[in-house]
Amino acid sequence: MADIVQSWMPTELPETEKAPAKKSGLRRLMRRHSTTAVLMCLPLIVIVAGLIIYPAFYSIYLSMLNKSQTHFIGLSNFNFLLSRDTFWMVVEQSAIFALSAVFFKALIGLITAHLVNNLPAKGQRKWRGMLLVPWVIPLALSTLGWWWLFDPTYSAINFILSGLGFEKIAWLSTPYWARFSVILVNVWYGAPFFLIMYLAALKSVPEQLYEAASIDGATAWQKFRHITLPMMHNIIAITVLFSLIVTFANFDVVQIMTAGGPRNMTHVFATYSFLLGIRSGDLPLGAATSLFMFPILAIAAVFILRGVRKRGREIG
Amino acid sequence: MLTRTTRRTVLKTAALATAAVITAPYVRGAYAAGKLTLGCWDHWVPGANKALDKICNEWGEKNSVEVHIDYITSQGEKDKLTAAAEAQAGTGHDIMSHRDWNIRIHQAVLEPLDDVVDQLIKQYGPISPVAEYLAKIKGTWRGVPTAIGSQVKPCCSRIDLFKEHAGLDLLEMFPADESKWDKPKVDAWTWDAYVTAAQKLYKAGFPVGQPMGQTSDAVDWVGGLFNSYGVVFVDAKDNIKINSDQTRQAMEIARKIMEVSPPEVYAWDDAGNNRWLISGKGSSIMNPPSAWAVAKRDNPKVSEQCWTHPVPKGPQGRFVGQLPQFYGLWKFSQNKAAAKDLLLHISQKESIAQLVEASVGYDLPSFKSMYDLPTWKTVGPPVGTVYGYPPRGDEQTSIAGAPARSEVGAQIYNQAINTVMISKFTQGKEKLEDVIKWAEKELEGTLRV
Repeated sequence: MADIVQSWMPTELPETEKAPAKKSGLRRLMRRHSTTAVLMCLPLIVIVAGLIIYPAFYSIYLSMLNKSQTHFIGLSNFNFLLSRDTFWMVVEQSAIFALSAVFFKALIGLITAHLVNNLPAKGQRKWRGMLLVPWVIPLALSTLGWWWLFDPTYSAINFILSGLGFEKIAWLSTPYWARFSVILVNVWYGAPFFLIMYLAALKSVPEQLYEAASIDGATAWQKFRHITLPMMHNIIAITVLFSLIVTFANFDVVQIMTAGGPRNMTHVFATYSFLLGIRSGDLPLGAATSLFMFPILAIAAVFILRGVRKRGREIG
Repeated sequence: MLTRTTRRTVLKTAALATAAVITAPYVRGAYAAGKLTLGCWDHWVPGANKALDKICNEWGEKNSVEVHIDYITSQGEKDKLTAAAEAQAGTGHDIMSHRDWNIRIHQAVLEPLDDVVDQLIKQYGPISPVAEYLAKIKGTWRGVPTAIGSQVKPCCSRIDLFKEHAGLDLLEMFPADESKWDKPKVDAWTWDAYVTAAQKLYKAGFPVGQPMGQTSDAVDWVGGLFNSYGVVFVDAKDNIKINSDQTRQAMEIARKIMEVSPPEVYAWDDAGNNRWLISGKGSSIMNPPSAWAVAKRDNPKVSEQCWTHPVPKGPQGRFVGQLPQFYGLWKFSQNKAAAKDLLLHISQKESIAQLVEASVGYDLPSFKSMYDLPTWKTVGPPVGTVYGYPPRGDEQTSIAGAPARSEVGAQIYNQAINTVMISKFTQGKEKLEDVIKWAEKELEGTLRV
């Protein structure tokens, strides 16, 4: 009987089996894909938190302080900005700058993507590489190149124009040409991004759809209108949103080309914020200026992304 | 073999060690008095930074302080960005150079330097009123004016073109010896005379080049013009005074000058006027000797004809735009006593003489008693070309934005309200009264607390 008496005490495990049991918790944790993923992403999370999230919240905090940063004044800086004519001019210019630049970037990107897509596969890679060059060159450097082309006194473009018998153009000295110039440089820099995104989207459109349309007698425009555009809808929405955010926040092009002049007529949010915050020593007002577009872009982002998800569900 | 440590052996060892320390000879370390770090403006004149290195290292060796200097360019306002970052973070260099209005901007985190500046005033006499306006805040000096990078913007004109086309002999009007200046001729050098000369030079195909952008060269020369007509934007008691007859007179002079200026002046940065003169197309600019120095390298024929001389006079006097630089000592510095001593050393006339020499006369001290240094009289060609660079005769220094509270003045200056007014009036063809109304509205904004 003694052999079959069951003990309620915990069974003693052999020594060899004990050690792995202690480590198994950590191992199990490490085996989980999510844990490994988090650990691998941790450096990025730390960088994003330290260099993006913290400064973003700090600038929100700054924008609610008085000029000497000693008192909390709520939304007074924003109220003050809304009462200034120059600020409204900056709002208008930022909108003109961003909307027209994004429109032309998207248009040029779309046209070029179609042209490149229709090239024979053999030569396509070379064209893709060449067309990406503006996007690859550091923006500050390429903008300096453009500034030399538009230089008020020694513009290379004017040299060619006068050589051909045309009048010289005051590219950066007259407000409307200066606006045109900064938009042109931004389009030149940003169009390759649209090109590469649209090219990728075009390549993912099933060839059978076009073949079926051809059998049905569809014209090139009808194919574009009823096949290409709907298939690219999401990528267009996302690239436009992304580019709109980046273009509204643009600093380099305007600062290098015109520094906001002449007569403040090329200032955008970032350059005006720099003028107020760093050059004039009013950091809270500079922070308020830079944050002005945040709610508008956030709302636009919500709507655009909702549309993207909706279309995604429909396709799915 | 292991030895046993007892209480007795520990005490014995401690006693021996203490005796050894007490009886050992005192060896002073190379940098026994600590370390000082400086964030200094990166001089555009090649070799000028070395003069400061030499002065600081000599002082460091003598005082057993390790001195480290970082030179920070003002291109893209990197020096201002660095100062702003250090002020926010509460850490960084001990001493930092500050351009124009930056002392006021960082006043809350800058150590009072009255002891240093008062000592210098005792040694060298009155200091530049512009330096005092910018760095003495509520009766306390928060920065020490330095010669390095400090500048005024007098006329730099072509001797040959002025003689041939405007009928003015600059060498006769302003020879390189103030005692030989002929008072009636100097007095006749007014803004009206300048307009007449500019019109003649324009007709001859060599226009004067006065920038009308929103950078300091433009703001400074217009500041001088406005001050010479008695234009006040905002007074010291926060009253907006721009709507005045003086403003209308000065704007009219500016309009006449812009009529005979190249159209690209509205887009010039601080290098635009230099390039204009160096190219040989321009007959006169208002600038420190940098334009002449670069011309000496790039277009010697032009540099040989350059002569720096006082700006024109207006009804209220002759005012040249000044842009001083300062050294500030952060409150978080760990070695304040040594820093103050170094600042005093850098500001001595012997040190200043070396700095002025190394910068070929560009650096300008804030003490008039130092304007007799030999460099300005001897450099050339032509010899004496920059003699007229330090304000001489009846020329006074000024800055756009004064006499408003410096918080207000900083905004008037940095937002270039004066040049935007002229641009609106001349290029934008807006009515003068509308421009003045616009300026009043902008000035209201600068009074925000």
